[in-house]
Parts: sequence; structure tokens; C-alpha cells
Amino acid sequence: MLPKLPRESLIELCRKMFLIRYFEEALIGLHNEERFKGHYHVYIGQEATGVPAISCLGVGDYLFTTHRNHGHLLARGADPRRLLAEILGRRDGYNKGKGGSFHTNVTSLGFPQTSGVVGGIIPLATGAAYAVRAQKTDRISVCLFGDGALEEGAAAESFNMASLWKLPVLYLCENNGKYGQGKAAGTARSSTMAVYPLTDLPAGYKIPAQQVDGTNAGAVHGVVSEAVKKIRQGGGPQFIEAQTVRWPGGVTNWPVVPIATDAAIAWDVTSVPEAEREWYRDSDPVLIFIRELVEKKQVSREEISEIQQGILGVVSQAVEFAFDSPYPNSETALEDVFA
Amino acid sequence: MRELVYYEAKLEGLREILAADERVHLFAESFLGLSEHRGLFREIVKDYPDRVIAPPISEIGFCGLAIGAAMAGLRPIVDLSTASFTFEAWPQIVNEAANALYMSGGQTRAPVVFHMLHGLRGGGAAQHSHSPQAMLWNCPGLEIVLPSSPRDVRGLLKTAVNSNNPTIFIDHTLLFELRGPVPEADEAIPFGQADVKRAGGDVTVIATSYMVQRCLTVADRLANEGIQVEVVDPRTLVPLDFQTLMASVEKTRRVVIVDECHQSCGVAAELAARIGEAGFDKLQAPIRRVTTLDVPVPYSAPLEEFISPSESRVADAVRAVLS
Ligand SMILES: Cc1ncc(C[n+]2csc(CCOP(=O)(O)OP(=O)(O)O)c2C)c(N)n1
Ligand SMILES: [Mg+2]
Repeated sequence: MLPKLPRESLIELCRKMFLIRYFEEALIGLHNEERFKGHYHVYIGQEATGVPAISCLGVGDYLFTTHRNHGHLLARGADPRRLLAEILGRRDGYNKGKGGSFHTNVTSLGFPQTSGVVGGIIPLATGAAYAVRAQKTDRISVCLFGDGALEEGAAAESFNMASLWKLPVLYLCENNGKYGQGKAAGTARSSTMAVYPLTDLPAGYKIPAQQVDGTNAGAVHGVVSEAVKKIRQGGGPQFIEAQTVRWPGGVTNWPVVPIATDAAIAWDVTSVPEAEREWYRDSDPVLIFIRELVEKKQVSREEISEIQQGILGVVSQAVEFAFDSPYPNSETALEDVFA
Repeated sequence: MRELVYYEAKLEGLREILAADERVHLFAESFLGLSEHRGLFREIVKDYPDRVIAPPISEIGFCGLAIGAAMAGLRPIVDLSTASFTFEAWPQIVNEAANALYMSGGQTRAPVVFHMLHGLRGGGAAQHSHSPQAMLWNCPGLEIVLPSSPRDVRGLLKTAVNSNNPTIFIDHTLLFELRGPVPEADEAIPFGQADVKRAGGDVTVIATSYMVQRCLTVADRLANEGIQVEVVDPRTLVPLDFQTLMASVEKTRRVVIVDECHQSCGVAAELAARIGEAGFDKLQAPIRRVTTLDVPVPYSAPLEEFISPSESRVADAVRAVLS
């Protein structure tokens, strides 16, 4: 289902989804070529959640994100060059090389903190909601986190306060473990919750909660825009669980790209290795989206190809920019400890 | 003596512990962090499905659960993986476990082992690079163990599990590939026995955990300059074998202390204070500390290197106490 948006906006969503996909694929390539070290997490497979959801927000809204932040930042309009420079620890990175992949954030885009502590941002996002209400604005706070974060007590404690005090916060839980992949399969972690559906947890705190297919951009756009409207009108917190199927390249700790994403796969998956074919056919949110764009005659396959080529160019420029950026001077390690 | 790689010795110790004592239950995701050998841990899970359990991401919950289980007769080992996640469980570790025996007037024991991987691991950035040993040392009631060799990790793990006290077992990922002698025989290394890892007459370098290995490398290099460094590894901070440390200090009369805590109120600060109090008259130079600089840990590689207790900073400190 396509979001109910004009054609131009749909194309913009398409560009953002491609940008995230190609950015992450490039990043994995760089890591596997040992051009940077360290642990990182990619957003592949969740593009149709973050991109339409974040498009529903206003410029003044706050967003808090986690270790899996790259997609959120790009969806909000972050410059891929500076994002990549940060992930490589370079001087032109958004955090001057101090944060890296786990902590990239851009305050000018409304991201106060990106935390690598699972559950760490749930109280923070709740606190920002408290502040914007105290300041009598109509801003809202959005908390973007994984299903695993619900296992932390901080989630439950935050839900309680948000509900008691009717705070303007949207909890967008990205459950990337649909079909029991991840922890259940003994590979990458995802949640182990006694509560299922996950929405039962916030519902227990009287927070309106609903599930949505996170690979369906139209459905995500629909529920998020509705939730944002209610929160802005003073209706208190809302919780959305967006379900996605874990990308098979990311089930281990160190991602590998089974096949470079190409729009042609949306119509013919035979080029995809057999083990991963099902995911690219049924669960790849980017391919689902472009297939619909074409089927609903919003764009032609040629136009999709053009968008794809354009974004590939943007990403290779980002790679060039990031590697051209020097490492920060060592002494800068001593700066920024106090305001 | 046979040689083992560190992770092998560690897993061997764990297997021996699980086989020997049915009261041992392990709450762990991998016990080897993100190491490429973490798959080996799955074999242990298969062999002990009822006693090796992957908990939810609920540090305060599973640490507290383990403490309670220990109070009721089990000997749990809890894996916090990255030491920074200890903070999520702080109330249970420092305010429940550490206080249990004392505030019950000696009645309640909480024999849990809290296992974690500390320190600068390369790109861990601010939230995955902590060395909480000094913060924990500030909480009376906790034993604190910092292995630095294949033999020590196996032998100290056994003592940790057999201890009647809550024990913090602080390991370091960068040790995992280290090869070294490990006896075939079952060996429990007693707490409170420092180990002179290298003998030398000019300077005493007291180091913990991975810093022991780093200091041994530096000692090799300095030997080429004609400087004989003695590397002393306390192995456990609580209890502390102060006698062995002081014996070395009295011999060399010059001390450098190397540890990955931040400088202020760190392990090196406490050891320096104790040595200063007990042996001021024995020293021929001020004690030097080489620690992580007092800033949160930056991500970028050259910045991380700059704030770390690097080989060059250790070597400079050794030269400084000799000049
Ligand atoms: C407090 C804490 N405990 C454990 C970890 C280690 N860890 C990193 S990611 C992760 C899984 C998180 O799962 P989820 O929230 O579903 O996010 P996903 O990675 O699936 O997007 C864990 C346990 C952590 N970063 N912080
Ligand atoms: Mg998840």
C-alpha cells in the first residue's frame, strides 16, 4: 500500500529508502574490506518504517534513536557524507569523530542523543516530551527503538510516567524479529518477551498501542500520521510496533550483502542467491515499495532506474568525502567534556 | 606445560566448573562477547540446557535474580558482556549483593560471579568502553578479579565460583588470542596472590588485566635500552596482596602503575595512595600513573589511542621515574 501522498512526496520517500539501502550496503563493503573497524548496525529491511514514519514529523519535533540509527538520520535529512565521516571517525563527522556509528546524532535535525545502551533512550524521549509540554509548545517527542528494549525495566517505568502525565511522546518500536528470526534462531539477538503481542505491554499502562506491517510504507504512514495528530492534540502517549522481517545479511554480528540491491530484483529474483531469495521477494521493503510505485503508475521503471543511479552517485560521493576527511587532531579528545 | 589460547583456557575452566558443581547456573549470551569464538559457547549451552540460560536484555533483573538465587543456595555466574552494562544493574550489585552479608550481621551470603569485559576494545566509544573496577572497589563487600593470562583466567574463575562472596570477574576481549602455559591439572588460583609476571630490578610496574600484557611488551623493549622492569600483576584487587607489591617496591624503589580506569579515583590512584602511605621513605621518585585520560572514551581511532594508557605512555613513565 502506498502512503496517501502526492507523487512528488512518494518519489522523495523512494529516494530516501534507496539512500539508506545503498549507504548501508556501501558501509558493509567498506567494513568487509577492512577500511574501518568496529561494531556497527545497519538499517536494511526497516526502510519502509523509518522513512514514512519520520516524514510525518514536524521540524521542531525531537527524535531519539539507538545503535541502529543510520536510517533514522538519513530519513530525517542528514547529509550522508557527514554521517559516513562520523562512522569512519573523521573530523567532518557529525560528532567530530567522537561518537561513531553507535552515537551519530544531529541536534539541528532534532536528535538530542543516540544511545548504544539498549533501553537508554526511552526515559530520555519521555523527558523531552515532558519538557515540550512544560514549554507549552505543540512539539512532540519520538522514541525509535528495537523490540529488545522492551526487556529493560526503563521501558516499563517510562510508559508508566508517560501515561500518568499524558506526555506527548510516540514510542515507535521496530520489531525486526518477525517470524522468530534472530535470537530464537540462535543468531542475532532480538527480543525474548513473555508478553506477546508486544503492544500488550504499553497497553497495560493504558497507552494506546497498535501493530503495523513495517514493510508496508502506506500502512506505516497511515498509523504514524494518525498517532502524531492525536499526540499533538494533547491526547497523551501512543505506541506503535512496526514489524519487519530480519534481513538475512544481518543475522550475524558482522553483516554481509548477499546481493547488491537493484530495482530489477523487484520483478525478478532469480539473481538472488537461493538462501536469501525469499526475503528479497516477500519482505524487502524497498523492493515492495518500488513495485507498488510502478504498479500504481506513479513512476515508470525507467524513472526508478534513474533514481537508483542518482542515489548510487550520492553514496559514492559520500564515500569519497568521508575518506578525504582527515582524522581529528588527537588533542581534540580532551575537548567537549564540559559545556 | 601444555599451551592454550586464552579463550580456550577460559572455556575449559567454565566447563570444569559446570561439570563439578550442579549449583552453578550461568546466565549468559556468549561469555566471549563479540569474539569470533563465541560459537564455541553454544556447545556448552547444548551440554547444559537447564543450567546455561540466555536472559532477556534485563540487566537489573537478571543480576538481581542471580543474587536472590545465590541467597537461596545456587552459585550463579552472570554475564554482563560489556562492563558498561553493569551500570544497568548497579542497584542490585552494589546495594544488594555487596551489602547482604554485612547488613545481615553475617547471616546472608550472596555468592554470585558477575562476569564482564572491560576497557578500550577499539571503537567501543563512550558507552561500551568502561573499566568499572575502581567504582566497584569503592563498594566494600565485592571481591574483584582481573585475569591477564590463560592460566590465570581458568584458575581464577574457579576460585570465583567457589568464593562465598559476590565476585566481580573483569575480563578483557583483547586478551582472548593470547597463548600461554596452562597446567593439565585442575588448578584454582587463590585470591589475594599477586604474580610477578616478569622480574627486574630497576622499576616496578604494577599492571592489571590487559595492561599486564602491554607492560610486558614495553618491558621487553626497555630491556634493549638496559632498563630492567619488574611487572607485578595483583590479579585480585579485593583481596589485595599488598605484601608482594611492596616487596617489589622495596627492591626497585620506583613505581609506575598502569590500569585502564580513568585517572581520577582509579585503581592506580588507590594503589599509589597505599604505596605512598606505607612506603614513602622507600621511594626514590614520585609514583607515576598511566591510565585512561579523564574524558569519556572517544570513538575515532587516533583519539582513542591518545587517551589510552598506550605503550609509549607506559615507556615514558618508566623513563621518567628513572630520571
Ligand atoms: C543495556 C544493554 N544491554 C545489552 C546491550 C547489547 N546489545 C546491543 S544491541 C542488542 C539487541 C537489541 O535488540 P533490539 O532492541 O531489538 O534492537 P535491534 O538490534 O534488533 O534493532 C543488545 C542486547 C546493549 N547495547 N545495552
Ligand atoms: Mg530487534
